[in-house]
Amino acid sequence: MNSVQLAQASNGAIYAAMITLAIAMVAFAVSFASGRRRVAAPAAAPAAVDSVGGGTALLTRADDEPSTLQPGRRSANIGMSLTWLAFGLLLTGVVLRGVWAGRVPWGNMYEFSITAAVAVLAVFLGMSTRRDLRWLGLFVVIAVELTLGLAVTVLYTEAAQLVPALKSYWLLIHVSAAIICSGAFTIAAATAGLSILRIRAERKAGDAQVTGWLARVPSGEKLELMTQRIIAFTFPLWTFAVVAGAIWAENAWGRYWGWDPKETWAFITWVVFAAYLHARSTQGWRGTRASLIVLAGWLAFMINYFGVNFLASSLHSYAGVS
Amino acid sequence: MSDVTMEVTDDASATRIDPGESLPPLGTVGLLRWLWKQLTSMRTALILLFLLAVASIPGTILPQRGINPIKVNQYLADNPTVGPILDRLGFFDVFGSPWFSAVYLLLFISLIGCVIPRVRVHWRAMMAPPPAAPRNLQRMSFATDFVGEQSPREVLDVAQKSLRGWRIRRDGDASISAERGYLRETGNLVFHLALIVVLIGIAIGGMFGWKGNVIVREGSGFSDSLTQYDAWGGGRLVHPEDLPPFSFTLSKFTVDFERGVAQRGAPRVFQADVTYRTSSGGAAQPARIEVNEPLAIDGVKVFLVGHGYAPHVIVRDRTGNVVFDDSVVFLPQDGNFTSTGVIKLPDASPSLGFNGVFLPTAAVDRVRGPHSLFPAPDDPALFLGAFKGDLGMDAGTPQSVYRLDTKNMTRIGLEPLRIGQEWTLPDGSGSVAFVGLERWASFQIAYDPGKEIALVAVGLAILGLLFSLLIRRRRIWVKVLPAQGAGSLVQIAGLAKADPGRLPDEITALARALGCTDDTTRQRPVDLKENA
Repeated sequence: MNSVQLAQASNGAIYAAMITLAIAMVAFAVSFASGRRRVAAPAAAPAAVDSVGGGTALLTRADDEPSTLQPGRRSANIGMSLTWLAFGLLLTGVVLRGVWAGRVPWGNMYEFSITAAVAVLAVFLGMSTRRDLRWLGLFVVIAVELTLGLAVTVLYTEAAQLVPALKSYWLLIHVSAAIICSGAFTIAAATAGLSILRIRAERKAGDAQVTGWLARVPSGEKLELMTQRIIAFTFPLWTFAVVAGAIWAENAWGRYWGWDPKETWAFITWVVFAAYLHARSTQGWRGTRASLIVLAGWLAFMINYFGVNFLASSLHSYAGVS
Repeated sequence: MSDVTMEVTDDASATRIDPGESLPPLGTVGLLRWLWKQLTSMRTALILLFLLAVASIPGTILPQRGINPIKVNQYLADNPTVGPILDRLGFFDVFGSPWFSAVYLLLFISLIGCVIPRVRVHWRAMMAPPPAAPRNLQRMSFATDFVGEQSPREVLDVAQKSLRGWRIRRDGDASISAERGYLRETGNLVFHLALIVVLIGIAIGGMFGWKGNVIVREGSGFSDSLTQYDAWGGGRLVHPEDLPPFSFTLSKFTVDFERGVAQRGAPRVFQADVTYRTSSGGAAQPARIEVNEPLAIDGVKVFLVGHGYAPHVIVRDRTGNVVFDDSVVFLPQDGNFTSTGVIKLPDASPSLGFNGVFLPTAAVDRVRGPHSLFPAPDDPALFLGAFKGDLGMDAGTPQSVYRLDTKNMTRIGLEPLRIGQEWTLPDGSGSVAFVGLERWASFQIAYDPGKEIALVAVGLAILGLLFSLLIRRRRIWVKVLPAQGAGSLVQIAGLAKADPGRLPDEITALARALGCTDDTTRQRPVDLKENA
């Protein structure tokens, strides 16, 4: 393939992924809309479980609920399949972009964004192989679709070589870690946001069942546990990404930390998530307050990505958008 | 249920006292103790973390002296009322301001006050065996019981063998307590202690480190002493006269720019070829410095940070004597290297001064005036404005070499010059010729003795973080009673803080190992509320 064909193939794959994700979004939305109420909610009724007595099945995770009991499963399954397909298309698009440019596809914001979209899907799909995450699909797909929409419209740039500052193996290490974090933080923000809504609904419902679309997401407590697990995985990785950036900065600019806006917002993001981890073990800060901190941390991460690249004059201005 | 609650310090609230509940007692000592408890409480740490995040934000919105002093002056000029107030409050040097320092120092004091006692607690916990099995195991969140065929002793022997990697306490043939995941708290403490070491590394770098910037023209040299630097800053404990006297010469600077449509003009190659001599003398050695590849000489690192053009100019006075014959460093003003520079000739008669704009690829239009279209010297031109009169250099006030003070000077004229062209000044005070073009490179030269300490500490911190976030501390108890006839009644229970992780699986596996068959298992469901 020559470079024009490569370019067309890369862009084509990304557009195809966007169309696939749009259909997946509809499928997930349909699954939410169909069957307003959970028909059976085994996890919410421990008394019923006790009476079953004598089966080891009770030791299994409550996530593995009998799937046939819930309406809208079929369209959620279609949504999941389409998301896998979109992931494949997107990955192809990103790889072709790299082949076209003849380097890792992380040279400008368009490339960061499409790779971040792949990362969000990878984290989501990876987690979905271990537990039922169909309820999360709609939110993940919306986030990815927005990212891609922004990438192809505002951020799009033709492939070009790297500026000398980016020519370093640290690009591979620092940027890949940061991109994985973007995926994981985004999903954590989704579960944290959902947990806030769900807990409010649970409080309103009192002893009754939660109704409406929030009946389809796991209990607030489980959502909070998920959020905590994702942050527990992502926080060390983010620490590593920041440190790798500092080592690279020392190598390229002669100082490992210079309070450049990008560095400062990375630090702010780190501090906010550190606050979250402390909040999880502080009386009166668990629950909704802790979830709000996750949203704040994600916001700081996004400000760092979009705000600093466009608004601030930073050594990290690699947007490539003119 | 108090006998079964874990005294695991994993949950920091165990050692951090809730400040909301206690009122300050009377007396100085009591008050101090109360303040200390407040400071080292988890809630205070949390608030200080938020403050640290919020206090950092102005540093990304307002221009900062440490990064761009010119922009700070611009801001002060544009905002004559608010600017000076912000300046007095330290908003243009946020990360060196007293209030920012106060936040992080308080945070570190709080950290030390919290972590040191926890080290002691954790040490004792690691030395002591796990607590004995509680009376009623069936009240634990994860519990199972069954009748096995083996005797109580055999069951406990098997359990002890199966629980390899767990810290075990065996009470005869009655029960086993097992605990694991101590590394969680170890990691937590290592992380926090490592942060203190990072701070120490930064402080050492700040006190003993220094850095300077220097512009070197092709063919020129640099030797490491204070007078050679264009800008230099060092820590309090640095003696500038002790700088290692290495030297280098810039033999060639290579640069290339993108000529394709996409990102046209973006840099593609920067290479500075130098020859250097270490402090101990010896033969000159060649080396190449690139953007991501600094040169280390005598523990000092030389980084390539910028480049530009130095037009070579010859100036003659009215009698035809050469009064200036050198290349002049011009500073780039935009991405296409529209560059400005000045030439000052106070000793010529009359005193002459030139304000210059250099364009590597020249263009002139009505709106932008003379400007460059591309950063490479495809069509170079030098626009010179000539002035005569008092340069103001005798007044004793220091002047920038890149700025001409034309207050007491009269303008002679303006002329665009191509390479090889000469301009005879219209008032007869002499002539100026643009004879050639050289490049210059700017280097940052830095010494930071604290960075290795910070790096090692930060590596330890990440390791500690991984342990503290991914390892889960948990306990398992096995209790056996002789059953009627042969065999034994076996009870297994487990307890974890907050996140049970794989504990249910571990209990199931243990139950199987102890001879539990599926149809005899009774199990309470996983209920997180019990653990919270």
